[in-house]
Amino acid sequence: MAEMDTSSGGGHKKGPGVKKAKKQSTRVDLTPMVDLGFLLLTFFVFTTTMSQPSAMPINEPKEDKEHPTKVKNSAATTILLGKNNEVFYYFGELTDPSSQFKSSNYKGIRDIILERKRTVSPDDIVFIVKLNDDATFKNFVDIFDEMTINAIPAGHFARAPIAETDKQLIQKAEEASGLSN
Amino acid sequence: MPRNKIPRKSTNIDMTAMCDVAFLLLSFFILATKTKPPEAIKVTTPSSVSSEVASDKAIVITMSPDGKVFLLFGDDSKKRTIFTDINKYKSLGLSDAEIAKWSATSYVGLPFNQIKGSLALSQPITAAQMGGIPVKDSMNNELTDWVASIVRVYQGEKLSLLVKGDNNAKYPVFSNILDALKKNDQNKFKLITSKEEIPAESELYKSRGK
Repeated sequence: MAEMDTSSGGGHKKGPGVKKAKKQSTRVDLTPMVDLGFLLLTFFVFTTTMSQPSAMPINEPKEDKEHPTKVKNSAATTILLGKNNEVFYYFGELTDPSSQFKSSNYKGIRDIILERKRTVSPDDIVFIVKLNDDATFKNFVDIFDEMTINAIPAGHFARAPIAETDKQLIQKAEEASGLSN
Repeated sequence: MPRNKIPRKSTNIDMTAMCDVAFLLLSFFILATKTKPPEAIKVTTPSSVSSEVASDKAIVITMSPDGKVFLLFGDDSKKRTIFTDINKYKSLGLSDAEIAKWSATSYVGLPFNQIKGSLALSQPITAAQMGGIPVKDSMNNELTDWVASIVRVYQGEKLSLLVKGDNNAKYPVFSNILDALKKNDQNKFKLITSKEEIPAESELYKSRGK
């Protein structure tokens, strides 16, 4: 395919004194070209599939003031998100902050969720996520994603407005760890 | 016994066909991929393990890193109807010509009272100069009116609402956006995120593997 017909097309004979031009092959080695082609191809294929954004579905519960959702005290876990990717949590109702209120981070919270999943009956288990005003959008996505990763069924975790007492506890914890400013 | 001589064949393979295929595929992929439209608002989204693909024909509520809220219209067909509707309900006092001019823009990032003034300007203002749609408090949440208008226009049709936010956008802004959606009974929506691998050994990983 890459060759060309270089033979002089028949008939025409040259005289004895005329020197014959040396025939050179017109074959080009296309291997580097193929390499380049495939290199570019793989590059484009990879970059295009990577940039596709995904959609994360969120189902917010309908607001129903007359029939608030009842949560079993023993099955509830409250997760509080503060600034600088701080995570705090407590089980059940907060009666004794000094022993119940614990600090964690986004890596450690997975074990706590799993631990809770093992010990609490799957029908009752509820995670309440409360975000402080300093928390970022990334924190929100991360914690909801964590629920998906740990296969907590939809309806067993929800966002809730943060209470003033929770805010104070977060502030206290942040002060203790030298993060308050 | 004389051994049969195997005729030696040249190891040179004609690469032309291979080259043709490589470049054909290359040109196909380059032409088939959609070029990303330049983004007026720079947003770096957080990542999630969700495998769903975000539709590009959707109305996107965007949160910039500094907490400004913009409304982006991926679906151009309804934009003009929405603008006409919001003009009527919020009595912005825009003429048909002004609405036509407004429809040429792809995003909204101004409070209602500044829209008429911005359309009179000869030079369109950039996203960086815009203050965003006010969502600050529940009394003055203009996004609620926008969502109400969008829901009215899309009545009986499939409406896909997406919320896109920057990693560093603060939670109260997002909470206000959710309030605006919930006030209009839009309890189901999607967040635009970038893709992330499902961590190995997690429950989701195991259930997908089955």
